[in-house]
Amino acid sequence: MSTTQETAAPTQEIGRDRRRKEDQRLITGRTRWTDNITLPGMLHLAMVRSPFAHANITSIDTAAAKAAPNVVDVLTGADFGEDLGVCINAWPITPDQKTPAHSPLPADRVSFAGEIVAVVVARSAAEARDAAELVDVEYDELPAVVDLKEAAEDKVLAHPDLGTNKSALWVFDSGEAGTGGNVEDAIAKAREDGIVIEREYRQQRLIPAFMEPRSVVVDPTGEQLTMWSATQIPHILRFALAATTGVPESKIRVIAPDVGGGFGGKLQTTPEEWITWAIARRIGKPIKYTETRSESLIAGHHGRDQWQRLTLAADKDGTVTGLKVDLLANLGSYVAIVGGGVPVLGAFMFNAIYKFPAYRFACQTVLTNTTWTDAYRGAGRPEATYAIERLMDELAAETGMDPLEVREKNWIKHEEFPFTTVAGLEYDSGNYEAATARAKEMLGYDELRAEQKRRRDSGDRVQLGIGVSTFTEMCGLAPSRVLGQLDYGAGGWEHAKVRMLATGKVEVVTGASAHGQGHETAFSQIIADRLGVPFEDVEVLHGDTQIAPKGLDTYGSRSLVVGGEALVRAADKVIEKARPLAAHVLEASADDLEFSGGRFSVRGTDQGVPLTELATAAFAAHDLPEGMEPSLDASATFDPVNFNFPHGTHLCAAEVDTETGQVKLRKYVCCDDIGVIINPLIVSGQVHGGLVQGIAQALWEEAVYDDQGTLVSGSFVDYLLPTAADTISFDIDHTTSPSTTNSLGTKGVGEAGTIASTPAVVNAVVDAVRHLGVDDIVMPCTPERVWRAINSGSAGGDTTGAAAPHFDSSTGMSGTVDRSTGGAE
Amino acid sequence: MTRISLTVDGQKVADDVEPRMLLVQYLRERLGKTGTVIGCDTSNCGACTVHLNGKSVKSCNVLAVQADGAEVTTIEGLAQGGQLHAVQEAFRECHGLQCGYCTPGMIMQTVDLLNDNPDPSEEAIRHGLEGNLCRCTGYHNIVRAVQHAAGSTSGQQSEGVGA
Repeated sequence: MSTTQETAAPTQEIGRDRRRKEDQRLITGRTRWTDNITLPGMLHLAMVRSPFAHANITSIDTAAAKAAPNVVDVLTGADFGEDLGVCINAWPITPDQKTPAHSPLPADRVSFAGEIVAVVVARSAAEARDAAELVDVEYDELPAVVDLKEAAEDKVLAHPDLGTNKSALWVFDSGEAGTGGNVEDAIAKAREDGIVIEREYRQQRLIPAFMEPRSVVVDPTGEQLTMWSATQIPHILRFALAATTGVPESKIRVIAPDVGGGFGGKLQTTPEEWITWAIARRIGKPIKYTETRSESLIAGHHGRDQWQRLTLAADKDGTVTGLKVDLLANLGSYVAIVGGGVPVLGAFMFNAIYKFPAYRFACQTVLTNTTWTDAYRGAGRPEATYAIERLMDELAAETGMDPLEVREKNWIKHEEFPFTTVAGLEYDSGNYEAATARAKEMLGYDELRAEQKRRRDSGDRVQLGIGVSTFTEMCGLAPSRVLGQLDYGAGGWEHAKVRMLATGKVEVVTGASAHGQGHETAFSQIIADRLGVPFEDVEVLHGDTQIAPKGLDTYGSRSLVVGGEALVRAADKVIEKARPLAAHVLEASADDLEFSGGRFSVRGTDQGVPLTELATAAFAAHDLPEGMEPSLDASATFDPVNFNFPHGTHLCAAEVDTETGQVKLRKYVCCDDIGVIINPLIVSGQVHGGLVQGIAQALWEEAVYDDQGTLVSGSFVDYLLPTAADTISFDIDHTTSPSTTNSLGTKGVGEAGTIASTPAVVNAVVDAVRHLGVDDIVMPCTPERVWRAINSGSAGGDTTGAAAPHFDSSTGMSGTVDRSTGGAE
Repeated sequence: MTRISLTVDGQKVADDVEPRMLLVQYLRERLGKTGTVIGCDTSNCGACTVHLNGKSVKSCNVLAVQADGAEVTTIEGLAQGGQLHAVQEAFRECHGLQCGYCTPGMIMQTVDLLNDNPDPSEEAIRHGLEGNLCRCTGYHNIVRAVQHAAGSTSGQQSEGVGA
């Protein structure tokens, strides 16, 4: 065993733009997506889905389907008992929340178009799909409620037995909570001698649209039942299967192999998973179900879909005095796993970075006969950020101040951190002045303002707008204590284990479950620094409940700030376990040892021993200190005491053609403060991708239902995911205010771009045409809507066809909405 | 059933297929070429892009029988002798992928794009990739990757698999 001085510690890994370990397999097609899995004797499912939004099922004739070639069985809800389980809501936001029973395969009544009514099991996917066409379902159509505001009036009920569509009313009032004043007093005062801004904004419905359609394989052979699923939440899925289907948790193994994106869309526990589980158990053979894209868009959960009624009170000089938020939030036809909780995640964020002395938030969740809604990238916080950042621009317009000036007048100054907000949260750190100064410089803010004035003065056909968004968000879900106070059904901790292998390699097991984020790379960097081992020698294992038995998975920008901290603590335990062994080997007192660069050394001498050699010694266990267990492995479970609060200043310059309504992004810059950055390359990817998802809400995407409750944007022809040709390149930079809620100083970045960018873009569009009498344009700001806003002074009207389709009927696409009149009205 | 014979990633294969079977289904289900993936059912996403006789096609838009006698290259046949193709290398170097699901199609489309235009402008790149959807990257680093590959492909054979 070497005990001599070795080379100096390797270069610090944290902060390096390491290329990703994940990429080799992904760029060569050596991938293991769920749909790639083929097992002996495997059977395939095809779902029969309701074409009606609300109907009683009067009969299902499966005879012809059962007689089709290679069909093994055709099953309906009536064929199953309690073994089918139920789909769960893990977050009843109030004790009296109305939660409709949610069978994965209802036998009597469907409550949205796309709900599963029968399942075909066949030897091939194609044969299953062929036979599904032969299942004859008779429906007795019921009145459907599709529109959110109409649903809130309870005239037509999504679930008649509940007696109401209103699921839960959740209220936070700073006066009642003791975190601030009474907002009604602030508004009353502002009506007398200040400024009151009242607006109603629409958060349109969006579809997460991860690129990999959801897929599930269940293998019931062997002692443990194994489920592979394209999921963000293998651990929560395992818990929910055990809790609802009667199979002991210890008999269930869930694997999330390579997962192709999620954005919240794969944090659901789905009817499709439950049905596949039940049929595999029933038939005793491996079963696979992979959805089509159209099924994914119709039945996978959607996001957003709120009406926001907002009242902002301010003094005449632009100092904000109160904010009142009244939300209607569309749950769809069921309360999804976190469904009702998504708007509540925004409840603490409408006040944003501003020092409102009084605040009230009320959210009414409402059931409709539409696809269920749940988390989509940002989950509650984009909605909040959109509302407040739009309102701050309105306040700027009202006072005649620059939008950045009115924000600075009201935001928390950098020397005021930590700052407890009117919503009761303690913001850990930040510097809004620094991020804003940098963003202004990157954009060329003053020059563009001058150009904007020139164009306005000359009456240019193409007007220039500059949009501002100085966002913050809460991320790192979540302190378990807080989740408990909010009646969430689980905690928010994360688990990690560090295994020191005999050969000197290190295995890191994390309960986070990556689906594109790059955990394998970033976590390797953290461990390489902490244990002083080469980056290449660290292997990160995740996404399999038998390999990573403990965890709470990946969502809410939590993996690094919660899971990364668990990793640090496990690594520190390894070092402490190794210390007595190092002292034993070096024949020194443990108190005289210091650990750095992967080595224990005796202070003041050249004597030392690498950690990896101690791992070998612990493996051999021939000569250990008295009483020491022969292992250096250690695990840790970290529960954060607080969220952390990334922030940033996003500036968008957009050109609007006032004759056609066409919006063109000219420049987009952002300076985000996400604390200490582990890997700047990964961060840049998260920011870019987040920006485009947020920009897409502003300009392109919308899930649209017709009056009957049919999703008319139910394919990639009609739901406009932006392409490379629609988007631009971005300028991004960072300031660094280390988080104080974890030892690495990191803050979440996964959702930041999406949260920030939507209001920046819409503010830019409105800013370009405000002088023409426009103060709102409903999202997505399609050319048609912008044109109408300019020409009628309205916000642009509803969308009735697909919002902004890739093709129109004139191109010969069949089965799409008739957009011969432009797609609306 | 129809008998087809073709070359896939340099390997001669022959099978009886249903006339309705799509090329992507043939690649995945019969040959186990699961590197090529399916992302949609309307030919919008481009995740299934492969090369048919050296030109990119969406393999969900080609029947397996149409590939009879053809030479098909998938993402799995692009690297040669353990050496990544310059475009694969560029996607890794520029962080042009996150979840990686669109990546096989993006890479195959990029190879074809650069074969047609070895020195494309950003606008030409963006239009050349218009038929391939990505939800993770916002396309920024994909564009960088294509530019990076364009700068490094000169002199290199840009189709991975020979006959």
